[in-house]
Amino acid sequence: MTDILKTTALLLLAIAIPFLSWGATVEMIAPDTMMVDLDEFEVVGVQRPYAEVIPSQRLSGDQLESLNSHSVADAVRYFSGVQIKDYGGVGGVKTVDIRSMGTNHMGVFYDGIQLGNAQNGQIDLGKFSLDNIEEISMYNGQKSEIFQSAKDFGSAGTIYLRTRYPRFPSGKRYNLNLTFRTGSFGLLNPSVRLEYRLSERVSASVNAEYTNAHGRYKFRYRKVFSDGTLAWDTTAVRQNGDIEALRLEAGVFGYVNEGKWNVKAYYYDSEKGIPGAIVNNVWKNSQRQWDRNFFTQGSYQQRLSERYELMVNAKYARDYMRYLNPDTTLMYLDNQFWQDELYISTANKYTILRDWDVNLSVDYQWNTLDATLTNFACPTRHSLLAALATAYRWQRLKAQASILGTFVFDHSKIISGSDYLGRRTNKFSRFTPAVFVSYQPIEDRDFNLRAFYKRIFRMPTFNDLYYTDIGNADLKPEYATQYNVGLQHRWNFDRTIFKSFNVTADAYYNEVTDKIIAVPKGTGQYRWMMMNIGEVHITGVDVTAQLSMLLPYDIAINGQLNYTYQTAQDYSDPTDCLDEAGTYKGQIAYIPWHSGSTILNATWRGIGLNYSFIYVGERYHNSSNIPANYEQPWYTHDLSASYAFNVGKVGLKATLEVNNLLNQQYEVIMNYPMPGRNYKLILKVDI
Amino acid sequence: MKSTIKYALMLIAAVALLGSCRGEDVIFIPEEVEVSTPEYTSIKGFYLLNEGNMGSNKATLDYYDYASGVYTRNIYGNANPSVPKEMGDVGNDLKIYGSKLYAVINCSNKIEVMDVATTKRIGQIDIPNCRYIRFHEGYAYVTSYAGPVEIRPDYTQKGFVAKIDTATLQEVDRCIVGFQPDELEIVDGKIYVANSGGYMVPRYENTVSVIDLATFAEIERIAIDINLHRVRCDRHGQLWVSSRGDYYDENSKLYCYDTRKKRITAKLDVPVSNMCLDGDSLYVVSAQWSYVTMSNEITNCIIDVNSHEVVCDNFIKDGTDAEIRIPYGVMVNPITKDIYVTDAKNYVNPGYLHCYGGDGIRKWSVRTGDIPAHFVFVGDEKQ
Repeated sequence: MTDILKTTALLLLAIAIPFLSWGATVEMIAPDTMMVDLDEFEVVGVQRPYAEVIPSQRLSGDQLESLNSHSVADAVRYFSGVQIKDYGGVGGVKTVDIRSMGTNHMGVFYDGIQLGNAQNGQIDLGKFSLDNIEEISMYNGQKSEIFQSAKDFGSAGTIYLRTRYPRFPSGKRYNLNLTFRTGSFGLLNPSVRLEYRLSERVSASVNAEYTNAHGRYKFRYRKVFSDGTLAWDTTAVRQNGDIEALRLEAGVFGYVNEGKWNVKAYYYDSEKGIPGAIVNNVWKNSQRQWDRNFFTQGSYQQRLSERYELMVNAKYARDYMRYLNPDTTLMYLDNQFWQDELYISTANKYTILRDWDVNLSVDYQWNTLDATLTNFACPTRHSLLAALATAYRWQRLKAQASILGTFVFDHSKIISGSDYLGRRTNKFSRFTPAVFVSYQPIEDRDFNLRAFYKRIFRMPTFNDLYYTDIGNADLKPEYATQYNVGLQHRWNFDRTIFKSFNVTADAYYNEVTDKIIAVPKGTGQYRWMMMNIGEVHITGVDVTAQLSMLLPYDIAINGQLNYTYQTAQDYSDPTDCLDEAGTYKGQIAYIPWHSGSTILNATWRGIGLNYSFIYVGERYHNSSNIPANYEQPWYTHDLSASYAFNVGKVGLKATLEVNNLLNQQYEVIMNYPMPGRNYKLILKVDI
Repeated sequence: MKSTIKYALMLIAAVALLGSCRGEDVIFIPEEVEVSTPEYTSIKGFYLLNEGNMGSNKATLDYYDYASGVYTRNIYGNANPSVPKEMGDVGNDLKIYGSKLYAVINCSNKIEVMDVATTKRIGQIDIPNCRYIRFHEGYAYVTSYAGPVEIRPDYTQKGFVAKIDTATLQEVDRCIVGFQPDELEIVDGKIYVANSGGYMVPRYENTVSVIDLATFAEIERIAIDINLHRVRCDRHGQLWVSSRGDYYDENSKLYCYDTRKKRITAKLDVPVSNMCLDGDSLYVVSAQWSYVTMSNEITNCIIDVNSHEVVCDNFIKDGTDAEIRIPYGVMVNPITKDIYVTDAKNYVNPGYLHCYGGDGIRKWSVRTGDIPAHFVFVGDEKQ
């Protein structure tokens, strides 16, 4: 215990040092050219020698806007190696899983700071609209840049969401953007964003979005005899998929000499129906959910000397969730959950030599969960994360290594049956490494070989540990170990219609061990206990290609292709291998062997056309890969057309989307029918 | 320009060809497995109802034919190809009355009524959150959790027993009982209903409701223990009632209530997941969670209903009981004395059915559907 206290004290000191030194080192630097434009700032970033040993997959700007996507989850489907669990509809839960390691191994960052959910560890990306998102990027392993918070080192895969940054054409003091989306599912979705330049160096933005949809759509189930004749065919309307949501966001962004800062607040309030599983004799469900999420966060980044750069992030978040099951044919439930999170982080980068940087990041986070559940353990968690990272460049070799120390202290009530037996403290500490290397074999060629190794774990969530009856306070963390080798080659052409062609290919092997899974418990029906008994081995290949062309008459064409092959085998129970139904080495639930996507985009003056296609191959809904558990492949074609024009100084844009063009009736998750062909109209006004 | 388009088309084609395309969903063809040699008694075979995990809509029906020794998996869909979404979600009980087979499908809120010989659907009886079924003189009696809702001030919902005319398949009456009633048994003009109170945690029910068949009204409550589950009557008028316990300090237990003496005559420290009466022998299987070892303790035994004592501590004699993860269903062939035990495994993957001879040696095993649980013999059990 004293050791842990000592470590804590040291690490807290490490957090404090930058604050202390900051006051002393502020010096006036003659204002150089104002870096008002973020892109400019980014360009500076890109030129840093070690930035991103392995680049991300990313979607941004017009490409992101032209994808027929409502939420972040819809857009993330276009990344290779990603599988999405989509329960359907406007308000349906959508969670993401990178390289089959499980949703809980995925970190999601919003403007540089991680979105937390200590309760179940899952971020519902369906809740995040693309309205205010400028760029989504995804990294396997971690963002291979060392100047980042310790939490950036703490997931097996990471998605970064970057909100729009205010930009002003010269002489303009404000931007006003009005958007209105409508279409199928009774969608009414207005939003407004105002960006205001407060001074040369400071700007602010306010963004509000309202979503209302009844969420109803037709779905069809049918079965045929083996000779192809119809057995049954039924069409019904998906009910209880309504949503009403309000999102408010405000931010202030500023630059100082050799630095930048931002402060923002986010509020999301929604009520939605949970459409539920469609089973025999039950074609409608009545469960409801309310969410209120608030967070405020700030970030400050400053170069304090030639050699030393500092970044400080801080956040407070409060989340409320209410789940109601009013269905009189089921157990009545009306549960409410409150979560609080406090987070502070510092990253300190020091340049030892011109080609050698080190970084020390220390994060502290505090989480609590309270609930109206009977005998709830009311857990509190203190997490201290410290990451030491170094980046080195030698000629055309770039290398990075990091080690992350995680120290977790949980406090909870011990309740056995209905007896309160005192308080429990669980302590946990572990160090986990990561190494990233890339090498450019030929000097003048944009061809890179790359490899990484990373070992990381995810903490058991509060639900895993303390959920009344199911939780198991003795759970250990769940580990993910990743090995990846790959290459990237980019060709730029100056004089042909082809502008550029970029290919990446990565092969990987992941092991998830001590996987936390539910096991049946005792005499009662459907009673479960969380246990560390799962093991999954994943072998996969991700291939991506991007093509950019400029045809005569200024027709620009961009294409993107992603393909993933994965085997994700269940190694949990070596005894379960009696016949073909055995789960041992079976492909785990909902992971297809083949999946991929393509995007084709053409623009000519103000006209844009976009085609996108998503393919998810055959899967099984559990690791017993028998015909009774088979799930069909699904694939959707989406089309959109847009026209942008100016009336005076006002920019107008209209977009029409047709999604699931061929009206495929499919399911991502068993018994959760997805929408068929649907439409959306988007009108935008930029003042 | 042309080559560009060609190139782009090739890219699309490449993705399209990477995996197979979507086909039609085909009616499931039952899978036949020869598991044993033919056996000829007046019992022709048995049906096994697989519950399927909640929300999976995977309640399935298997059939074992003694004359051929063939086990057939998942027969409902093929026998009833015009029924949308097949049998339903969570099969909870299975019984035969006359020429009809009744499957209680809990989360589909219905009782599926089929022809015993062909498994063809005759109709359905809609009972919300229905649990168990028994028959008496042309009527079916079904327990349900979904009685009237009361807010006083907390939400509570009592259960009921529904009375169903088996000729018309119409519900004719309801009798409100305790909270979350599970098994029921009909003895000497009375229905005994085990109330669980499973939704009332930690305020479990602890009574058996007694309903007078003639008036179809609750006339009495018998206090036994908390969270009651199963109730079976032997030929001496003794009710064997199991308590699930509270899953923490109170273990699952077995009680003997004598309906003639009107008192509890035995309390056995025997955990019960499921049980089966054969003559004077009560076969019990159990999985009980231990917070000490953090694992399920798997047990089985035979109790003599006359002496109220455990006469056999483990009826599986060849050590193969170690292969059973979650014993879930048990049935004894009254003629051959073969014992059938199902293993529900982890509830989401297919389970197994094991057949043991009366000597406790395993004869055969076969894969079933998900959560194999409820048996019913076809043919004459008394010979």
